[in-house]
Amino acid sequence: MDSRDFLQKIKALHKISSPEIIFERADEVYIRVSREEFGRMCIALHEQLHSPVMSYFASDEWRDRQVFTVRCAFLSPENRKWFFVVVEIPSHDPVFPSIAKEIYSASLFEREIKEMYGLEPSGNPDVRRLRLHDEVWPEGYYPLRKDFTGPAAGAITGKQFQFVKVEGEGIFEVPVGPVHAGIIGPGHFRFSAAGEPVINLEIRLGFTHRGAEKMFEGKSIREALKLSECLAGDAAFAYSAAFCRAIEKIADIPESDDAKIMRAIFIELERMYNHVADIGGMAIDVGFSFPANLAAIIKENMLALNMKLAGHRYLKHINTLGGVTKILSADDKTLLLSSLRSIKRDFSELEKILQSSVSFMDRVDTTGILRKMTAEDFGVLGVAGRASGIPLDLRSVFPEAYNSVNFQPAREDKGDALARLKIRLFEFKESMRMIEEFAGKLEMTRINCPSDFALKAGFGLGYAESWRGPVLFWVKLDAKGIIERCKVVDSSFHNWQGLSFAVLGNIIPDFPLCNKSFNLSYAGNDL
Amino acid sequence: MKEIIKNRILRGIATKPIMGSALNISPDNESIGVELKEIIKSRFGRSFHIREVDTGSCGACESEIIATTNPIYDIQRFGVDFVASPRHADALLVTGPVSKNMLVALKKTYSAMPEPKIIITLGDCARDGGIFKGSYYIEGGVNSVLPVVLHIPGCPPQPTDIIKTLLAFLKQS
Repeated sequence: MDSRDFLQKIKALHKISSPEIIFERADEVYIRVSREEFGRMCIALHEQLHSPVMSYFASDEWRDRQVFTVRCAFLSPENRKWFFVVVEIPSHDPVFPSIAKEIYSASLFEREIKEMYGLEPSGNPDVRRLRLHDEVWPEGYYPLRKDFTGPAAGAITGKQFQFVKVEGEGIFEVPVGPVHAGIIGPGHFRFSAAGEPVINLEIRLGFTHRGAEKMFEGKSIREALKLSECLAGDAAFAYSAAFCRAIEKIADIPESDDAKIMRAIFIELERMYNHVADIGGMAIDVGFSFPANLAAIIKENMLALNMKLAGHRYLKHINTLGGVTKILSADDKTLLLSSLRSIKRDFSELEKILQSSVSFMDRVDTTGILRKMTAEDFGVLGVAGRASGIPLDLRSVFPEAYNSVNFQPAREDKGDALARLKIRLFEFKESMRMIEEFAGKLEMTRINCPSDFALKAGFGLGYAESWRGPVLFWVKLDAKGIIERCKVVDSSFHNWQGLSFAVLGNIIPDFPLCNKSFNLSYAGNDL
Repeated sequence: MKEIIKNRILRGIATKPIMGSALNISPDNESIGVELKEIIKSRFGRSFHIREVDTGSCGACESEIIATTNPIYDIQRFGVDFVASPRHADALLVTGPVSKNMLVALKKTYSAMPEPKIIITLGDCARDGGIFKGSYYIEGGVNSVLPVVLHIPGCPPQPTDIIKTLLAFLKQS
């Protein structure tokens, strides 16, 4: 489909006059609209493409013109294209029309824009801050503005976050966190329950906020690449791959076929060790320790394999512009294939043990159901989305190397913990099969990443399907190749909302199981 | 149940076959551990309990700490364990560059601990903020907040590094 024809159709259908295409490349199109028509344009794309808001962010890039820019991204899987709606907001009147009432998946992004830039989403009923907690951060300091200077150290605000109150006879609140019983990231869960079932769950995050997006600004590509690996440690490779792809697009650096295959192998290895850890985690959260320990053995074997192949257990320091810095020698390939054989044996035992345990299967079946409609409304993506009948997987939308191995996306419809377990079981085996095929196709003997390229000003979206779901890096470079703005979206940012709906009606003791079946990132969400 | 028993019999003890396997995960694991166990037995009444607090780490450090408890390293057999409450802990193990949002929680966890309140940091971020040093939202290192007596370096440190560093510390202190 030609994007110009598509835009004409939308203009006529939704009676919008101002949109014009300001920039286009193979998989991205940027459409500028007036502030008045921004909401209608977003809703039009949302309806036409059946896409949730994938990313939605502001930037402070035109100080001389005294405007902020806001971009809202949608994905059209059929057309293999990202649609950005771009609007400029004058800094003397920092208000933009909220779309959160029509598109729920936009709401958190608008709260983020408000706290980071001080732009007011007019009409959004909830503008509480997400990451800059009221207790420690005074009002009026917007970190992502270019002229930001921090508040005085040790500022005491005396303010408290307002949780949603559930009132009625016999309702009690259970606050949990931010420090949890396990070895896990920090977050606060506020349950409202009457008797056993949970009536409301409010999840407060932001405890691992480190100001990562601000840290990117002013950094060279090399430094920023390192930083991208340290945002979410369990998806370090997917993050750095997404970051590299954004830069590769801007600077026209080609990704060779071998590089595509190598990246796919590492991304699938990352998926495997995380999926098996989650499968074990679900077993331990219902008190079934034998398979949990078997899963821990498989995970450890995979981390040790990563170490042997890439020199890092979490696959850091191997992505580079144009590809990866490691090659697989013939010995490496033999090691990879023989390790996978023994992992396959262990994994099939793990699967058998879980599936032959009636009490385990009974516990995960129908627990924590996330209905498809709720998932669609909140833009739930990745493993959790696929378990609720949302087929989106960036590996099938933008297949690249996956074309050659006939990738089969996973799909379940029931949306319960069992469905999420099944997705992981399926994807683990599918990843293993694909790695074996990839290894057969690889004829790489030397690293052929371009060492010499000219960086230039520009912007672009890099993306990768991490084991949790899509990771998006929108990067803007200045003429010297220095990062001017970097917006990161992890699928967890959408999916945490899904979790708070999936637990409704379940008992609080099932929360760890529900939580584990999603296993969302704290660090990737809080940035 | 049948599958569990079959697996249990055929596999034996997980630590054993892995020592000699092609992956060769942890050849010097055992000797370190035995030494560690003796020290913990004499100085901490057989159990050295640790409470872990994440103050903004990326999660890789947590993954490696969890790995020390897997059947291959199985740090618990030497008397070290990770506990759910600071009330039960001899030591506090802190990761991450201390996000402003975690400052109060970290201090509260510390004050809830009984003596000897040993503070250990783990990972490059926890030492001085690491890659996030200079950010507007971090305190920059745990030692600006609590009296740290041991740092386990790495991004993230590997399970054997964690066990080794703990041993060296317990030996000399």
